[in-house]
Amino acid sequence: MTSGRSLGFYLLLAPVLLWLALLVIIPHVDLALVSLRERVGVGQYALSPANYLTFLNEPLYLVTFARTAVMSILATIITLIIGFPVAYYIAKMARGKLQPILFVLCLVPFWVSELVRTFGWMILLRETGIISSLLQWLGLVSGPVELLYNDAAIMIGLVYTSMLFMVVPLVTTLSSLDDSLIEAGYDLGGSSASVFREIIVPHAMPGIVSGCIVVFMLSLGNYLTPIMLGGKDSLWFTELIYSQFIVRFNWELGAAFGFMLLFLSTAIVWTALKLSGQSLEKTMG
Amino acid sequence: METPDLSCIDLTKRFGDAVAVDNVSFEVPAGSFFSILGPSGCGKTTIMRMIAGFLEPTSGDIQIKGQSVLNVPPNKRPVNMVFQHLALFPMMNIADNIGYGLRRQGLGKLEIEKKVDEALDRIGLPGIGKRQVNELSGGQKQRVAIARCMVLEPDVLLLDEPLGALDLKLREQMKIELKSLQHAFDTTFVYITHDQSEALVMSDSIAVMNAGQFEQVAGPEDLYYRPETAFVAGFVGDANIVKGQVVRSSGHDVELRTEYGTHIKGVSKTRDMAAGRAAEIFVRPEAIRLAKSADEVAELDNFLSGKVEQTLFNGAASRVLVKADTSGETIEVGLPQSGRFDGIRPGQEVHFGWSDKQSNVFETGGL
Repeated sequence: MTSGRSLGFYLLLAPVLLWLALLVIIPHVDLALVSLRERVGVGQYALSPANYLTFLNEPLYLVTFARTAVMSILATIITLIIGFPVAYYIAKMARGKLQPILFVLCLVPFWVSELVRTFGWMILLRETGIISSLLQWLGLVSGPVELLYNDAAIMIGLVYTSMLFMVVPLVTTLSSLDDSLIEAGYDLGGSSASVFREIIVPHAMPGIVSGCIVVFMLSLGNYLTPIMLGGKDSLWFTELIYSQFIVRFNWELGAAFGFMLLFLSTAIVWTALKLSGQSLEKTMG
Repeated sequence: METPDLSCIDLTKRFGDAVAVDNVSFEVPAGSFFSILGPSGCGKTTIMRMIAGFLEPTSGDIQIKGQSVLNVPPNKRPVNMVFQHLALFPMMNIADNIGYGLRRQGLGKLEIEKKVDEALDRIGLPGIGKRQVNELSGGQKQRVAIARCMVLEPDVLLLDEPLGALDLKLREQMKIELKSLQHAFDTTFVYITHDQSEALVMSDSIAVMNAGQFEQVAGPEDLYYRPETAFVAGFVGDANIVKGQVVRSSGHDVELRTEYGTHIKGVSKTRDMAAGRAAEIFVRPEAIRLAKSADEVAELDNFLSGKVEQTLFNGAASRVLVKADTSGETIEVGLPQSGRFDGIRPGQEVHFGWSDKQSNVFETGGL
């Protein structure tokens, strides 16, 4: 047993190693190398931090970077605030058949592509859209209102797209909470607020954290929603990466942007884990 | 008379058409240990949840120290509950678990610490406040769950089969411990269980419950020796149940003829049963005297001879199954552990008898 692991072990391990090497490690190493070179002549490159300096010296890049981070954090918080009661209802209050039905209802929007889903919001929010017409019909506004192409529209799109990824881990952790713990909380004199704060939230913490990580990463890396629902002033960082790679054909700067996004998400997730006193093993395990 | 700590008046709970608790009334005097004993599904948990405030009665009243608590939410009632699986909060350490209710009352930090330490001393587990719930053994968790309620000094402590999850040895130990904790805290305990031995050992008074109603409320000895209904006679303790017909009856004394033709003398709760009525006779195996010669049991009201069919060894509760010679019915007889019947074997001739006071007769209705 100790002299060497069997062939089977290596065969089983091979797909994971291949996946890690081909799809994660090699592209990132290459991307890192690309991001650290500077074109000095035709076909001539030199090692330099120039791309990162460009990023740091251009206010538009920095502002977009910060905006994307703040908006993603905000989207995560809003998703959590909306998702928690939904998950609590599905996990604890819904009885019998209602539970799976509600769960499927959360899933239904994902049966169509993200593009179609986002178009759905455009139909609702645009100047000639349903909400605008309704407001006019009710006499609340005098002319058509444009609800698209602003940060609020992006936020709606992001929260809507991410909801399922928040609700699923929350439902899972909340349904593992024994009802008698909640009852014991009330029995010992707890109010709804204190039972929520001291019993429900600490129990659901792993689900909250894993849901938040997933939603945050999805929002940060989202491309379609900000493009379609956002306006001229609501640039998303992924749009910058796209334009460097595809429009400007400046792979070096694009790669540097990619790395900045990776650092950003790592830093924020790490900070959030530290602040909530959770560890990655605990939330993912 | 002193106001009872807890009284339920005409308590009824319906779930749709099903009646879970059917017009139950009882009083629990201050400082006593009251048990509700019944098979699962008899409605005992429903009663407890109504007292705790998690369910609203369909009709009737619940009073604690003379005050109706019907419109009081569970977190404001002067009762606390030890849950079936204890429901200790795994997200807190032991001290925070015990201090939870005190924090809700808005006590100062130092005062909470002092009270928690006192409570831990009282349950004999000083210094475990910093430990996590899953580091404790089953018996320790049990005591912490009780301490968590007792620091709040409730008027009534409700216990919902808290010993169910423990193994046999620990359960025996906890029975005695619970009783002494009740003495130490001097609080009224209402205990529900389906385990008759838990109820018999600990309780001052026991209500036997069946199908939503109380069959009998009495002390442990009365329940055991003087059951008032056939259900109680069958549920509390073991019994040989023999069907028969009333031959004659005067006052509480009855003579019956069993379906095998044996005549048995017994006592009934109802006076002067009509001859010919169908009845059941309950005789406890441990109430039957076993003898090697007929003379030893001849002076008893009922005596029979028979052959040992089988011995059922179970330590102190060992039994022999004896087939009566004359009629052929099989009776379970307690095997004394005095050493006199060591080596008793199937096929051996034995004699046995019991007094008429030991056979409880109940009408089964019909002729």
